[in-house]
Amino acid sequence: MAKVGRLFGLVLRLLALGATMSAAIVMGTSHERASVFAISFEAKYSDIPSFKYFMIANAVVSVYSFLVIFLPAETLLWRLVAAFDMVVTLLLTSSVSAALAVAQVGKDGNVRAGWLPICGQVPKYCNHVSGALGAGFAGLILYVMILLHSVHTVLYPLLD
Amino acid sequence: MALDNGAKPEAVHDSTLVSKAPSNQVLLVLRLVAFFATAAATIVMALNKETKTIVVATIGSTPINATLTAKFQDTPAFVFFVIANGMASLHNLLMVVVEIWGHKFDYKGLRLAMIAVLDMMTVALASGGDGAATFMAELGKKGNSHARWNKICDKFGTFCDHGAGAIISSFVGLLLLVLITALSIGRLVKPRPATLSPV
Repeated sequence: MAKVGRLFGLVLRLLALGATMSAAIVMGTSHERASVFAISFEAKYSDIPSFKYFMIANAVVSVYSFLVIFLPAETLLWRLVAAFDMVVTLLLTSSVSAALAVAQVGKDGNVRAGWLPICGQVPKYCNHVSGALGAGFAGLILYVMILLHSVHTVLYPLLD
Repeated sequence: MALDNGAKPEAVHDSTLVSKAPSNQVLLVLRLVAFFATAAATIVMALNKETKTIVVATIGSTPINATLTAKFQDTPAFVFFVIANGMASLHNLLMVVVEIWGHKFDYKGLRLAMIAVLDMMTVALASGGDGAATFMAELGKKGNSHARWNKICDKFGTFCDHGAGAIISSFVGLLLLVLITALSIGRLVKPRPATLSPV
């Protein structure tokens, strides 16, 4: 039973590693150049602090996932891993939420503040960012499952 | 702590013994403070509204005024912030009530586990609301020259100040919620006689 539990956790962590790494990479490579009325307009992820935060958060989480996969099965460090899983889930929710908020403004604009939507001028950039957000969301859902699983494993050890 | 946890399985149906244990009292106090923090954040942001009348043109000697209003509903991020903090404060209130009066309710011994899981979900929700509102407020304060979005905090200073206060209060509530989650997960630890005593 313990083997099945550990295998399940490992599979979840591998999937989460894939999701967060792809979110970070896709967001990091989003870049588009457009000219509107002879003004060159370049959109990069680093122009918007929210997207920078999203990329950094997902990169950190993917490195963490990669390291945890190699942790041996019976050390006491698994309790620390459970605590870190909670912190990492927090980080992921706030990064996805922040990026989504700003992306929504970019897509629909905000009439009251006089902010025009930019997705009309750089549609490929917008699609790129949406893809990254989707991957980030998948990583978040996986991490919620990982958090529940690791807290359960630490509190109710299946061996003994 | 070990004695505390050891006393719990027999004493789970005796409300006075469990509620007098010091870790439970600390948890209760933390939940109360977190409730006030998140409730304050919700209320301050929900009542955040500023109206400004500016002169747009002058015809002859009569100025034409335009009234601009900044409300929290204009931005979906702030709406989500209000909803997330509202739900977090409701959760805290519910947990406080359950701590004080609800020791009879137990479902197959899963009560503590359900409380811990609900705490984790609330932390995730509240952190999502905070993240969105923080970056939206930063956008309003500094604008974004690349996207040609102007800052709005120089015109609506009070709106921005109230929003900043609400966000800070919500961060305090979030920090407390993380502490509360750690404590309530710690309560789930079963004492294991053959090994070291748990945290």
